[in-house]
Amino acid sequence: MSLEKTYPKEVKQILAKYPPEGKRSAVMPLLFLAQREPGYITKAAIEDIAQILDITTTEIDAVITFYTLYHQEQGGKYRIQVCNDLPCALRGADKFLEDLCENLAIKVGETTPDGAITLEAVACLAACNNAPMFQTQGPDGIKYHENMTVAKTLDLIQTLKHAGKEAE
Amino acid sequence: MAYVLLRHREIPDLHKFDVYKKNGGLAAFKNAVTKMTPAEVIDVVKNSGLRGRGGAGFSTGMKWSFIDAKSWPHYIVANADESEPGTFKDREIMESNPLQFLEGLAIGAYAVGAHTAYIYLRGEFWQVAQILDEKIAEMEKAGYLGDNLFGTEFSLRIHTHLGAGAYICGEETALLESLEGKRGQPRVRPPFPPSVGLYNKPTIINNVETFTNVPMILANGADWYKSMGTADSAGVKIFSLSGRVRRPGNYELPFGTTFRELIYGEKNGAGVQDSRTVKAIMPAGASSSMIVVNGDDKVLDTPMDYASVRTLRAELGSASVIVLDDTVDIPWVINKTIRFFKHESCGKCTPCREGTFWMNKIVQRVSGADRTQKDLDLLMSVAKQMQGRCLCALGEFSTMAVVSGMERFPEDFQVKQ
Repeated sequence: MSLEKTYPKEVKQILAKYPPEGKRSAVMPLLFLAQREPGYITKAAIEDIAQILDITTTEIDAVITFYTLYHQEQGGKYRIQVCNDLPCALRGADKFLEDLCENLAIKVGETTPDGAITLEAVACLAACNNAPMFQTQGPDGIKYHENMTVAKTLDLIQTLKHAGKEAE
Repeated sequence: MAYVLLRHREIPDLHKFDVYKKNGGLAAFKNAVTKMTPAEVIDVVKNSGLRGRGGAGFSTGMKWSFIDAKSWPHYIVANADESEPGTFKDREIMESNPLQFLEGLAIGAYAVGAHTAYIYLRGEFWQVAQILDEKIAEMEKAGYLGDNLFGTEFSLRIHTHLGAGAYICGEETALLESLEGKRGQPRVRPPFPPSVGLYNKPTIINNVETFTNVPMILANGADWYKSMGTADSAGVKIFSLSGRVRRPGNYELPFGTTFRELIYGEKNGAGVQDSRTVKAIMPAGASSSMIVVNGDDKVLDTPMDYASVRTLRAELGSASVIVLDDTVDIPWVINKTIRFFKHESCGKCTPCREGTFWMNKIVQRVSGADRTQKDLDLLMSVAKQMQGRCLCALGEFSTMAVVSGMERFPEDFQVKQ
């Protein structure tokens, strides 16, 4: 199913943001839209966007591979992306990530056996004052979770699993 | 002191349209469009001494005056890519005082003759973009955005645009590439964006905090703004304080406030965790040279303004002050910063792509148990070879913590016999 058929309103809104000579600007928002349901960018979506914007699939591949928030493979339904850069690490982010791995019995980069959660370590998320922190990336977008503990994170994961959609 | 930027801390619900308006909001924008020429607006901003808050500290009014009047249309872009480790001020502004930022952007658009403005947000600020979209719609509905505003010929539309996770897109020409739907790799300059920017048209790019100052400057005058801060660095700044302090957070203070006041002030950082002493300060986040403190009163009493911080052989940058206490091992710090820069190097220019890659490899050894003099020499040599040879500032910045850390904290790099 093409993006224009699945999300006609959203595609129209996105294209309206840019002038005709800057149509290609829509590639990034369209990729986010294409990723919303499957959790990664499918081959069909790339061909679809190439057609909408009149650019090549290679040009779209170049964009996808440059940015970390686009995924080329199926991960967990939610990705938990923990910042462990310098400021967060000074406030216990490394230990938090280590303990979280132990509790989930997976390593960084792996997905829980039930396919619910992929755990990732990411670069600074601009929330250094509220470490340890992470963002969740899933079907309902990206959300920040700050001043976290392992216990709070495990609770959140339970909520994510059961509700099928994220709680605040 | 009354807040200039973080006014939401004093005025409840300032993010709400009617509350913002009741507190004088949007009057400066309307007044500029209906009663001032663009040149007059630029003059006020120039005279205020406002300097760009993204890190480079260039005169905002001067930048605006560089817009090429012979080529049209013009664009204005807000850099909301906030990604420097240690910086988290723009997010607070956009979440809690979004209308003041949008008003500043709108005034900037009028000053440079742009009818379209883009806000380039880092992709992680997905929720922030939702807030801004809502506020933009409210401004439109109330007649502050759209065609022929206030019955004049000036029209303006503001659009949000999300990046997708790339620190380099905070560099203004990489941001433009990304906004055009390409890989975020910096352009060769000149030409500079005020002549050739977005879609090859004249474009002005400023940081979120920079724009947020503008409505207050127009409302209260250039002299009022200049009365705060120092002669070199006018006005107020949001200092993002992180690391080993009791109260990390954003603190809006006049330029010239001392490091001591920021780190130890009861209303600010309230001192170092576990009452340890400050070993080093990185005033411009991970891109910063390390300032040696080791309890030195003279360093702590240095005023935080662009010129004074330079006397400590560092830059104030975006004022993301990371505090390292005496338990922190400097090789561990540069291991963290280099891993970051290696991950974020865009790959376009060789010195940065290769340099950050090799520094990352060597630093891993240097910060471990099997440190050798040969590796230390090699690391310094790679860093020094990168300096002055990279296409944009990222490569240069990646060497700052490495070189300053090794030179200024040799005791942390001793080779075990």
